[in-house]
Amino acid sequence: MATPIEQLGRDALAAKGFFGAYKWLILRRIVQAAIIALFIIGPVGGVWVLKGNLAGSWLFETVPMVEPFVFLQMLAAGMFGFLTTTLLGVAVVVAFYALIGGRAYCAWVCPVNVITDAAAWVRRRLGIAQSAKISPQTRFWMLGAALVLAALSGQLAYELVNPVSIVHRGLIYGMGAAGWLVVAGIFLFDVVVTKHGWCSHVCPMGAMYSLIGAPALVKVRTPNREQCDDCMECFEVCPEPKILPPALRQGMRQGLPAVVSSSLCTRCGRCVDICSKDVFAFGFLTTGKAKPGEAGENAPGKKDGELKKAS
Amino acid sequence: MAGGRKMDRRRFLINLARTAGGVSLLALGIGIHARSAKAVPPEYIRPPGALDEEKFLSACIRCGVCVRDCPYDILKLAELGSDHPATGTPYFVARTGPCEMCEDIPCIPNCPTNALDHALKDITKARMGLAVLIDQETCIAFQGLRCEVCYNICPVRGKALTLEYRPNKRSGRHALFIPVVHSEHCTGCGLCEKACILEREAIKVLPIRLAKGELGHHYRLSWKEKARAGRSLVTPDKPHEFNLPEGVKYDYETGRIYREEKPADARGKSTRGGKAPGAAPEAGAMPGTSANPLDVLNRGLQEAK
Repeated sequence: MATPIEQLGRDALAAKGFFGAYKWLILRRIVQAAIIALFIIGPVGGVWVLKGNLAGSWLFETVPMVEPFVFLQMLAAGMFGFLTTTLLGVAVVVAFYALIGGRAYCAWVCPVNVITDAAAWVRRRLGIAQSAKISPQTRFWMLGAALVLAALSGQLAYELVNPVSIVHRGLIYGMGAAGWLVVAGIFLFDVVVTKHGWCSHVCPMGAMYSLIGAPALVKVRTPNREQCDDCMECFEVCPEPKILPPALRQGMRQGLPAVVSSSLCTRCGRCVDICSKDVFAFGFLTTGKAKPGEAGENAPGKKDGELKKAS
Repeated sequence: MAGGRKMDRRRFLINLARTAGGVSLLALGIGIHARSAKAVPPEYIRPPGALDEEKFLSACIRCGVCVRDCPYDILKLAELGSDHPATGTPYFVARTGPCEMCEDIPCIPNCPTNALDHALKDITKARMGLAVLIDQETCIAFQGLRCEVCYNICPVRGKALTLEYRPNKRSGRHALFIPVVHSEHCTGCGLCEKACILEREAIKVLPIRLAKGELGHHYRLSWKEKARAGRSLVTPDKPHEFNLPEGVKYDYETGRIYREEKPADARGKSTRGGKAPGAAPEAGAMPGTSANPLDVLNRGLQEAK
């Protein structure tokens, strides 16, 4: 039976203990904070692990990294006088998310995620159920619009207002009043306008990383989905709840493999943490064979074909 | 069933239009903001090697690596807002923190996108802006006071900034030491602006678009054309005929009158032998006259007394 919202997470806490019920969340916060901290210990302590910010940086002053969305805007704006370093930097980032991380940027790196997670928590605590309907496809339109804007204006126009850039840059280089207003704006938007409004509906960077990360190997798998007791807690905490059914009971009935295969999954691991039955687990696409009889002969879709081949 | 599908399609199209409309409206707003953000306000200066502003705004990814690499910590990243340079782009303000013109230009080589041009290897070739001694009423050099602080701090002293001596008309006997900027050599580093001793600086680094005029492209300066061609390109001017007594000439260069030399055959016998009139008009002056034509007049007055 669906758990009432005020009892969200209690079963997991009882079954797995505090660390068991929050380990991925804690790990994620540590990683998010550490990345920002590594950018700051350079100028403060003279230890240059990362130099720059999330738009572009140098790892140990040798490996360049360039944000692919910004790079795409640059191309759209007609700037082709970049360096081999630029391309190398984009390649490093794209390779990591395409091969390994998937859309993990959103949950493990982006500092705006902390704001929107806080907003989702406030929403649950205040019992705000209303949510203005914004199509989740909006982000792809935003992605297109950002590129069209760059082409029309000949500059990185979206970067003038990109809240993700403004927040990580603000954290690393110092945030002014305008930056805090952006933080407040995103927070309020998610609390009072739309549930998971920014990250799961509007942000073009999430759209970009979901496209880049489609082939990634790290996935959330559902090896114990027959244990699912329909408590619906994972749907409550998941920032992209529409991607869950094919990996759970509905997918089992249709013979789909036991994995959250949508590229929109941010690998935040909240489903893994909150499930008291341990239905979910992180895994590689190549490991954890689908249980016999689950992946039926009539399983549709190219993705599933690939999956069977891989497993 | 068919009706249901029709309704679905209708809803789908409406949702599509809603999303597209909303996104377009947002994009329009950003586009308008982008237009207003295209020019850097004059008090903000880009780091050395920055591409032309229009190109820079498409090349700079606002990562701030240049900010980290600046050993003097003068660079800042712009905040959101239209009274700043474009959000997140690097700048410095000369009056509070000018560019120290490091010889190895450390802010450039780690720029990951060439927004700061890696081809710039010589900092004296940087053109961040142009210093302009904009307030000649307040600059104390124009009052006849010795200062020259801007001149002395200039890293390209003697080329970008020189001192020009002008007579001090107030005292009648002193010189003004006027700092003069030469755009050919000024890098726009802003050290002069920082050093200016006034409450508010009289010399300011301005964007070149504001500081420099541009001569009409059809203009030709005759003396330059003449020098380039090595000869006069038009019929040479006829020398002006002065109404002088016969045998007396006026020398343009010295502004003196002189007696015309005798023909070549007589030159050898001349006591003031062989000196060209232009080179030594003193020698060619009329006998009994000094070099100053006014003396003739004064003498006339004295005789009349």
